[in-house]
Amino acid sequence: MSALVIRDLHKRFGATDVLKGINLDIDNGDFTVLVGPSGCGKSTLLNIIAGLETATAGDIEIDGRVVNAIPPKDRDIAMVFQTYALYPSMTVRQNITFGMECRNVPKPQQATALERVAKLLQIEPLLARKPAQLSGGQRQRVAMGRALVRDPKLFLFDEPLSNLDAKLRVEMRMEIKQLHARIGASIVYVTHDQIEAMTMATRIAVMHQGEIQQFADPDTIYNRPANLFVARFMGAPPMNTIPARLEAHAGRPVVVVGDTHLPAPPSIAPEWLGKPVILGIRPECIAEPTRQFGDGTAPSLTITAPVEMTEPTGAETIVVLRLGGTKILARVAPDIRLVPGAPATFAVDARKLCLFDPQTERLIA
Amino acid sequence: MSHAAPSPARPLFAGLKRLPEFLVIWVPLLLSAGHVVVFTAWTTWISFTPSTLVPVDGWVGWRNYTNVLATRNWKIAFDNLLIFGAGFVILTALVGLLLAIIIDQRIRGENVLRSIFLYPMAVSFVVTGTVWSWLLNPGMGIQKLVNDWGWTSFRFDWLIDRDMAIWTIVIAGIWQSSGFAMALFLAGLRSVEADLIKAAQIDGAGPVRIYTRVILPTLWPIVIAVMVILLQFAIKTFDLVRALTGGGPGLATQLPALVVYDFMFQRGHLGRGSAAAVLMLLTLLGVLLPYGAWKYYQRRRDARA
Repeated sequence: MSALVIRDLHKRFGATDVLKGINLDIDNGDFTVLVGPSGCGKSTLLNIIAGLETATAGDIEIDGRVVNAIPPKDRDIAMVFQTYALYPSMTVRQNITFGMECRNVPKPQQATALERVAKLLQIEPLLARKPAQLSGGQRQRVAMGRALVRDPKLFLFDEPLSNLDAKLRVEMRMEIKQLHARIGASIVYVTHDQIEAMTMATRIAVMHQGEIQQFADPDTIYNRPANLFVARFMGAPPMNTIPARLEAHAGRPVVVVGDTHLPAPPSIAPEWLGKPVILGIRPECIAEPTRQFGDGTAPSLTITAPVEMTEPTGAETIVVLRLGGTKILARVAPDIRLVPGAPATFAVDARKLCLFDPQTERLIA
Repeated sequence: MSHAAPSPARPLFAGLKRLPEFLVIWVPLLLSAGHVVVFTAWTTWISFTPSTLVPVDGWVGWRNYTNVLATRNWKIAFDNLLIFGAGFVILTALVGLLLAIIIDQRIRGENVLRSIFLYPMAVSFVVTGTVWSWLLNPGMGIQKLVNDWGWTSFRFDWLIDRDMAIWTIVIAGIWQSSGFAMALFLAGLRSVEADLIKAAQIDGAGPVRIYTRVILPTLWPIVIAVMVILLQFAIKTFDLVRALTGGGPGLATQLPALVVYDFMFQRGHLGRGSAAAVLMLLTLLGVLLPYGAWKYYQRRRDARA
């Protein structure tokens, strides 16, 4: 059963196409993250799902019911906003029960629901306070309480963590993830932060210029990005993308970058032989030569390239090196000392190479 | 001496650089404060002297005050002030709020309407009073118009009705000031976070409930500010009444400021006039001091939170 189905959704503001044919099918219990750079249309999409904006064309179905013409309050959804949007004149208690009050839920039932949510989020001591008297994290929690108390078919989160400081953001991220695991709700979560997407989602939809670039589980998004945009947007630092050429050596397809030869992924179609391709390789797939990737059964493969610069982060060292004229990043163990300017040898995880079509920018292998 | 001695040219140069600041801040401040403080003090002093046509020295204690407070003129004026103050402030705020809510619906021609509603503010009270004295005059204004249309039994003669005349002042005051209230309320409505309204929509609140429970409560500070400003308008109202009714019929629309004028310049009793003026000042302070205290308390509370 799908919690949310979006069919061929378009949104136009005047002459601008904000959403160009969005299709999504979100399963019950999925934590779906819509991620993309600002202006990609993700917040508009969320507002349309909520019913706060209307689509130019297309259908929205929540829990098997087409809701195109149904107002927000009857869509059985709850939403958490970036600015928290707590009613400033009401206490925390009133903020949480306001929705039930509007829907004429009997008082005793309101009290039970309030108690359940307050306990779940550990906000019982805050119930009598006004939002102005709460810290950012507490406000965030109350905003979630207001959503949770409704027990809706679908939760919508609009960049809920972007107003928090870095430390609190990490804490709340874990809390939201645990909460999802505990209550098993269907969630659509909008963010521009790809780390939030990777850490929390069960499914990620990467959006760019009003289109969904890829909709898959985090692992696929990360390791098999559907196109160059996804490859470069997800991951910090992002995937290295290197202009290369596909050639046949000893009857096997080989990716040639300058003087370096790397075995091409076996899934590459033979018609690419002799043509330019873009090689995609994650920084962590280039490491110090003693590194064993995976369970150690993968064939070891090394490259030699000049080191341009090193950036020790403490946990690891980011190395800028030059491969076939392109600057790329590698991540090596922190105790490896490399001399800028001198060539060094690196181990490469050949299992995780991606190849892209330079014209269409799509993944080809 | 480890500190380098500042070069003597420096302070002078710095002083010169700050000269314009000095001129634009301190000179007007001293002039206006001087006017306000000196004349207030002088008026207060006069109110304790036996001055009549011209200011004289002497001390009569509270006599001028007891005299003023005992006059029928003052009592009527003060009662009128209560009616006028309450009616004018509450109704102006209500009309202003209503206009602001209507304009906030993103209607077409918003800018034009806003200017139209604000325009009376630019007109002086004397003009407002004169125009409304024509409009409300039964022989030439609204009543005559409706009568000429054929509804001959229509009566709208509040201007010459002892009991209702004070309300004509309220009407003209509302006409003049509601645009100002609207502008402040509209700014407040527009500063309400869009997400708040979205959240309320999802919570299932209808338009009325969104206004009464979510938007208007955030407007309280503006409501209070508007009311205080209007109230001090009301207390010092003079020209509007002077032009509209002249305080009449009889003493029906007498207000404290008219009493002050009456004592000082028509009956030639500066002492009593000054006493009445000081009483007006005290009334104003009665409004402004609690407001100031409230603002102070609010700032303190916000600083703590």
